[in-house]
Amino acid sequence: MKNTIAYRIYDFLKQFPPFQFMAKWDLIEICESAEVQYLDKDQVLFKRNTPYNSHFYIVHQGAIKLSRPSNNTDKVVDVCDEGDLLGLRVTKEDSYRTTAIANEETIVYALPMEAFSKLTESNKVISNYLITSFASNIKDPYSLEYSGQLLNEYDRDKSQNIYNISTARFTETVIQNNPKTSIQKAAMQMQKHQIGCLVISKNNKPIGILTNRELRNVIASGEFTAATLVNDVMVSPVICGTPDINVTQAQLILLKHGISHLIITKDGSPQTDIVGILSKHDIVVSFGNSPVGLLKEIKRATRTKHLRHAWDKAMVLLKRYLDQNLPLSEILKIFGELKDALVYQTMQLSLRKMEDAPPVSFAWLALGSQGRKEQLLYTDQDNALIYANSSPENAKEVKQYFLKLANRMNKRLHKIGYDYCPADMMASNPLYCLSLSEWESQFSTWITTPTPENILLSGIFFDYTLMYGDQVLVKKLTDHISQKLENQKVLLRHMAKNALKNLPPVSFFRQFIVEHNGEHKDFFDIKHRAIAPLSDAARVLALGQGILYTKNTAERFEALAQLDTPNRELFENCSYAFKALLKFRTKRGIAQSDSGRFINLEALTKSEKLKLKRCFKPLRDVQEVLRARYQTQHI
Amino acid sequence: MKWPWQLTKEYPPYWEQYESAFAKAEQKPLAETRFVALDTETTGLDIKKDRILSIGAVGLKGNTIAVSDSLELYVAQDHYDSKSTPIHGILKKGKVKKIEEAEAIQQTLAYIGTAIIIGHHIGFDIAVINKMLQRHHLGKLKNKVIDTSTLYKKLQHPVNRMSMQQGYSLDQLSEALKIPLYDRHTASGDAMITALAFIKISKRLKKDGTLKFKELFT
Repeated sequence: MKNTIAYRIYDFLKQFPPFQFMAKWDLIEICESAEVQYLDKDQVLFKRNTPYNSHFYIVHQGAIKLSRPSNNTDKVVDVCDEGDLLGLRVTKEDSYRTTAIANEETIVYALPMEAFSKLTESNKVISNYLITSFASNIKDPYSLEYSGQLLNEYDRDKSQNIYNISTARFTETVIQNNPKTSIQKAAMQMQKHQIGCLVISKNNKPIGILTNRELRNVIASGEFTAATLVNDVMVSPVICGTPDINVTQAQLILLKHGISHLIITKDGSPQTDIVGILSKHDIVVSFGNSPVGLLKEIKRATRTKHLRHAWDKAMVLLKRYLDQNLPLSEILKIFGELKDALVYQTMQLSLRKMEDAPPVSFAWLALGSQGRKEQLLYTDQDNALIYANSSPENAKEVKQYFLKLANRMNKRLHKIGYDYCPADMMASNPLYCLSLSEWESQFSTWITTPTPENILLSGIFFDYTLMYGDQVLVKKLTDHISQKLENQKVLLRHMAKNALKNLPPVSFFRQFIVEHNGEHKDFFDIKHRAIAPLSDAARVLALGQGILYTKNTAERFEALAQLDTPNRELFENCSYAFKALLKFRTKRGIAQSDSGRFINLEALTKSEKLKLKRCFKPLRDVQEVLRARYQTQHI
Repeated sequence: MKWPWQLTKEYPPYWEQYESAFAKAEQKPLAETRFVALDTETTGLDIKKDRILSIGAVGLKGNTIAVSDSLELYVAQDHYDSKSTPIHGILKKGKVKKIEEAEAIQQTLAYIGTAIIIGHHIGFDIAVINKMLQRHHLGKLKNKVIDTSTLYKKLQHPVNRMSMQQGYSLDQLSEALKIPLYDRHTASGDAMITALAFIKISKRLKKDGTLKFKELFT
């Protein structure tokens, strides 16, 4: 009897793996005992930990989400849409690993598991396909995560990537071997070089390619020995490209053939010599402005313009890192390195423009938030210059030289995107371009005479970090400060009082305190109300404990937690809260394309508000510690 | 030619069996009741003159359509109207294996059993089937019948019902319900679409799944 419906299902199934590997009549027979199921939105197809049904499913129309509990919530691990197969029992387990719920109105075909398994057992291609896809999708969490990330990246950056017609960068050293190698040797070679793909060649002409996937397949098939020849398992013929292939083109070829590596030959055909290999990873790198690539770009820059360009790219990278919710401490480290490289290279360029070499050794310092390495966005430049003592007769000349250098530096940094400091706290200001002994006496004055102005300045100048130049100078200065502070606690008390000036940011009624006047009326000033009080507190406490070399607020709190065990938990909370606030500010800053300092509370979600509020408790507690320790009410 | 039961006024055993099943049948909950979505292709639209060329049907229970529970018959007919050929695509001497009307009746009755018949504008299909049964001196179909076109009307707001007096065609219905159109104008294909339409409409009629029998028929 003719069965039109079974034929229709067959027509649908045959487009998709693994059904396309099946014989027509086998498949039609299965289709004849198929069921068509309709699912309403949110209807459950099967539940996790319940025994397998007698059928497995293929989505015909609509979509089904698979979820698995993770940390008390159900995490969606996959969304199956048309042609995707789900609920198939591959391993020996007898209950479902995930819960399947219709994402929308869905029609699924239910196929009998038993009849299908019988066929797959006798069909190697299908069982291999099932095992490998099962293994690569679910058993190997790395690949799942990785593929997910790739997908997300393309989504997010569509606008920037769509025009990518730059020439693709590929690896020029190609690890090769000949087809008569055993798979074991090939695998060892791949392991040794830490590569996922081995090019099989004859006389430097590509004839095949062996990737992790082929090795996995051959293992899954069970029909192999260590001596099996590469020739029998490699993919051949190979897909090749020309050396001038552009990124988009290469990506399309990879997608079209469903492969992960493209061999680059002289003229793009397999008949010519291999010149390189291009992997999916290379494409991701070229799309993603990887930190390594950026570092190279910064180091190679010969003009300020290049640096600016590189730094713009770094901001794109920063945004993606934040979107991906990487730990902020890691982001800070990566960008700290990049920023170091940026300033270093800017200094190199500035020095090259000077007629003479520096007369004495010097050091370029970053101050304030940049000195603490907490600044991820473009801000004002706060910097200073310190140079070695010289004889009194040369002093004027030396100062002139360094002022000129500082001027060039400030101009260049401005070009890159860092505004001039409105308070003129820059190395080009003669007040902050000083010799070591001048700086020492300057710090001594700040420490001994705590006028309100001096306290404000010390808040910025105590957080200095060497960006370029002579480390010895900085160490001498730090030692001097350390010694002075030992005998003079009065500055710390005043700094503590200053740190307590900013009220806890939540009022009695647990409302946010917002700005009452000015341009940012009714906005919440996250820097002034939350971030600055925390870093002020960290500075006073760290200086009080003699922690002079750690500048980063989060790290200061962590160091304090080690030294001051009774308050350990509090300091750890502070460190955490600070990182959370900074991340919040940076994200806001990117979203609002400003410094992220002022936050419109109405734009926040309830959970964001709660998160923000939660960060304020450690602040209140640490202010309490300051008050008790430095008896600030008596000043 | 004369059939033996014409003289004795007796029905053949398969009809007796079909008929007596209804007396025994008990009403089950809706989710366990067997429905049969049915469609016929005919030589034309004249009930008296035109004949059935093909019968297609699929069975469904709850929201599951079982392909194994389906019927697809091609009937050999002497009457043939070439005007309708472009619609159903069944040629008088086509390659498909055809069976005689008497055989088709037997198979259809055995297949349907006491199931509730669903169809789109099912009145016509029932009428031609009854006409066919009459030609063979049998009684009328005894199954309960649901028409998806009237069922669909229930989904509409009373204000809009006025404007759709003629009812929807199966094409319009599938579009409104987002049912993929395949094998339109083959009996089985249309039966499949009707089955999906029935599931979707009954889901929408009662979102909480508490639909009762009587609500389907009133």
